Amino acid sequence: MSALYEAMPLWVLMTSLVTAVLVFIAGEPWQRLRVVFNVTGAVLKLVLVGIMLRGVHHGHEFAVHLPLLPDLAIVLRADALTMLFATLSAVLWLVTTIYALAYLEHAPNRARFFGFFSLCVTATMGIATAGNLFTFFIFYEMLTLATWPLVVHRGVSRSMTAGRAYLQYTLAGGAVFLLGVVLIYALSGSGDFVAGGHLRHLADDHSGMLILIFVLLVAGLGVKAALVPLHGWLPTAMVAPAPVSALLHAVAVVKAGAFGIVRVVYDVYGVDLVQSLGLGDMLAVAASITIIYGSVRAIQQTDLKRRLAFSTVSQVSYITLGIAVGSPLATIGGLVHLVHQGLMKITLFFCAGGYAETHGIHAIRELDGIGRRMPWTTAMFTLGAFGMIGVPPLAGFITKWHLGLGAVSAGQYWVILVLLASTVLNAVYFLPLLHRVWFRASRQEDNGVGEAPPGLLGPILFTGVASVAAGLFAAFAWSPLGWVELIVEREY
Amino acid sequence: MTEHLPVLAVFLPLLGGVLQFLLGSRGLPVWPLAVAALTVGCVLLLVGAVGSNGSIEHAIGGWDPPLGIRLRADGLAAVMLLLTAVVGAAVSVYALGPHGKASPQATHFWALWLLLWGSLNALFLSADLFNIYVTLELVTLSAIPLVLLAGPGKTVAAALRYLQFALFGSLLYLLGVAITYGLAGSLDLALVGPALADGGLAAGLAAGCLIGGVLVKAAIVPCHVWLPPAHGNAPAAVSAVLSALVVKAAVYLLLRFWTEPLAGLSGTLVAQLLGALGAAAIFYGSIQAFRQERLKLVVAYSTVAQLGYMLLFFPLAVSQAWDGAVYHGLAHGVAKASLFLATGNVIAYVGHDRLRELRGLDRPLALSVFAFGLASVSIMGLPPSGGFVAKWLLLSAAVETGQWWWAVVLIIGGLLAAAYIIRVLRYAFLQAPGPAVDVQGPVPSAVMAWPATLLGLLAILMGFTAAPTLALLGGLPGATS
Repeated sequence: MSALYEAMPLWVLMTSLVTAVLVFIAGEPWQRLRVVFNVTGAVLKLVLVGIMLRGVHHGHEFAVHLPLLPDLAIVLRADALTMLFATLSAVLWLVTTIYALAYLEHAPNRARFFGFFSLCVTATMGIATAGNLFTFFIFYEMLTLATWPLVVHRGVSRSMTAGRAYLQYTLAGGAVFLLGVVLIYALSGSGDFVAGGHLRHLADDHSGMLILIFVLLVAGLGVKAALVPLHGWLPTAMVAPAPVSALLHAVAVVKAGAFGIVRVVYDVYGVDLVQSLGLGDMLAVAASITIIYGSVRAIQQTDLKRRLAFSTVSQVSYITLGIAVGSPLATIGGLVHLVHQGLMKITLFFCAGGYAETHGIHAIRELDGIGRRMPWTTAMFTLGAFGMIGVPPLAGFITKWHLGLGAVSAGQYWVILVLLASTVLNAVYFLPLLHRVWFRASRQEDNGVGEAPPGLLGPILFTGVASVAAGLFAAFAWSPLGWVELIVEREY
Repeated sequence: MTEHLPVLAVFLPLLGGVLQFLLGSRGLPVWPLAVAALTVGCVLLLVGAVGSNGSIEHAIGGWDPPLGIRLRADGLAAVMLLLTAVVGAAVSVYALGPHGKASPQATHFWALWLLLWGSLNALFLSADLFNIYVTLELVTLSAIPLVLLAGPGKTVAAALRYLQFALFGSLLYLLGVAITYGLAGSLDLALVGPALADGGLAAGLAAGCLIGGVLVKAAIVPCHVWLPPAHGNAPAAVSAVLSALVVKAAVYLLLRFWTEPLAGLSGTLVAQLLGALGAAAIFYGSIQAFRQERLKLVVAYSTVAQLGYMLLFFPLAVSQAWDGAVYHGLAHGVAKASLFLATGNVIAYVGHDRLRELRGLDRPLALSVFAFGLASVSIMGLPPSGGFVAKWLLLSAAVETGQWWWAVVLIIGGLLAAAYIIRVLRYAFLQAPGPAVDVQGPVPSAVMAWPATLLGLLAILMGFTAAPTLALLGGLPGATS
């Protein structure tokens, strides 16, 4: 029992890996069977993650070692930080599966889609549970490959172009990252994730090398985290089907990059070392530029999904910013945004998919008056948008509040200016949109179609309400904020 | 029993092949399959014995060297025999599809293939330079007629060119053997070392001829020109064997010579030069693979590129590089065989392999496309796969020895591989107007689809089996650790 219990991270990985294999084997004709596999896998994973969450909460750390080479092992581990990401992924996987089943109800190649979809989540879980840089890299690259078929799923030339851009960026990023990982192992003999880092003893003799490695690692991770100027793939990748975009933007790809930066800063280098090498400021500046640039570009977009994509570029960098500033409060702000941004952005993308699927709406100007026809969807869209802007007491506000306080406590007042500018820009690209949906007259003739079908609306309502709850009940111990405070408590 | 296993591993397939010639099309396909199964079993026993007891030597007829012929199975030989057995088993099953029915062509295929298998085993087990020459010739002379089995139309020119290069390589090698014999008075790998290491002109010439001859056979740039037409036009099963095993055998010899008879050579410059040839092969092969319009030629040029990685051992020369280079050879063998078999299925179904006209094959050829995808992961050196473990080891060696330029070569090589692989894989997903295939052939049977798939899965699995394999290999010969 105890060995089985100890190996929980492995079982959590297996739930989606086995699902992927079963879905591929079942193939196209066995639609119902595939649905059963998918939903069972997702629910099972959620249960296992729940068990693990309880264990970690009580101070237990799960770990599995699979020796690969004499001095190199694949390590799967679950600490508090792991569980933040793993829980988010497990919950959103179930929700996105239900959404995707409805969204692709009559589309071709569903077996292929759901197979790679499950592989994608396997990789995400691997990233969450990776216990050293080597393991992290394995799943990081697996994610790249598993996501590509999803991006090109439609198979039209626009998707192929997007897929090519995606791979060019991510594979090049992966190569740079690999070089950094090899250098870490060569320099220190270990890439284990240890709270507080394990490189401090090298700081005196090898500071130049450490800085170089950090730049390589962050550049590699920054591609997926869409740090400007490495973000180019993200807006083009939005041609993928809506559930893929939702997954890409909320949990899988961009979060993998951001999560990797968190791991490198906290568990490889350690905050002190990062700050003393002057890397924190560098990272903070890069994140700030990304936040502002992403928002400005979002304003210029006329396509709904493209606007949301640039919004992601901007919002994900809050995580990096919080980490880079480095004070405990800023860290809380950054880490909690991992969950908050996920919930809000997945809601927005689900809504965009709902609009596209129900009324064929892609461009922003076609959204006029949609609020009257799709009141529930639009209400959730509105909540998501307000959350993004940071209206109290929604989730985005909790993030920005902690980031601001953290910046003050670290003495970095300029960060406040970035936060303010970003909030104004968020309002500039979301408020006119909200005005359109609620107060303009509809351009389309009323064709009798109203709300999105229940398969789409259910997930939209769930994530929308969850994003509000994350903000409203932030003070409770089991809220994302409560969990993040636990992480930071253990880290400092 | 154990000391006879090397002899069995060589003579079972050799005699089986000869007998197939004599039997004609009788006994097809039961006889060759039985021989193949016995050979695989024999090799597995041998490898198991090497794994538990270390090297096995057998002097044929009880005559010890320098008079007699010695067969030797050490770690390096064992892993190569294992690779040959795995790929050989898969190819033998696959060949039941295209070469399963009794016909003159099938007779030739099975007879030659068993001969080739036996010759390869003999080559890996040989421990003296002349024996290696004989087996190298046997390998070439059974490989070239196999290329011709695709039909005279497109393969005669390719086979002739293959023959020219192979003969040139053999001559060069034989010259090296002759000079070595003159210097050392022996051809046993373990005995010629001191004579070749004396640094004189003759010794240098001998070493140069041995290395040069093998480089031609290994199709290392600029001697690669014979490979793409030969591998690109042969029948699928043959291409798989040629790319996975035959050229690999030549590179194996290079590793063998470098660490045994040539170990005394102080060849930093030669080592860097070999590494540079490897890098040139990686870049040139990958770029050419990217430019091909036919699927099979892409895979063939990919072989040109992938062989280059094994040459990076020479400048790096530490034990991690040894492990990495050999493991790369194994991983590439498995993955490349899978790619060629999968490509064969595409050609069987579509009737051609012109990339621009391929589309939407992921449904009818699901297993083969799946196999191609899995094997590709290893070829691109991405995790989890055997190719990745090899790349990791080589990268670590480059960083450890401070030769960062080889690390850059490895990284760029991986990206170039991704470029030409993805260019091919995208056709599986592309939805273009028009029917996927004009006149479709039969959907490949399970016998043809599964060997490719299992090899592809193995290529991935090799990302987790490095430790036992490298334990069997047993570390860089002569290393202190």
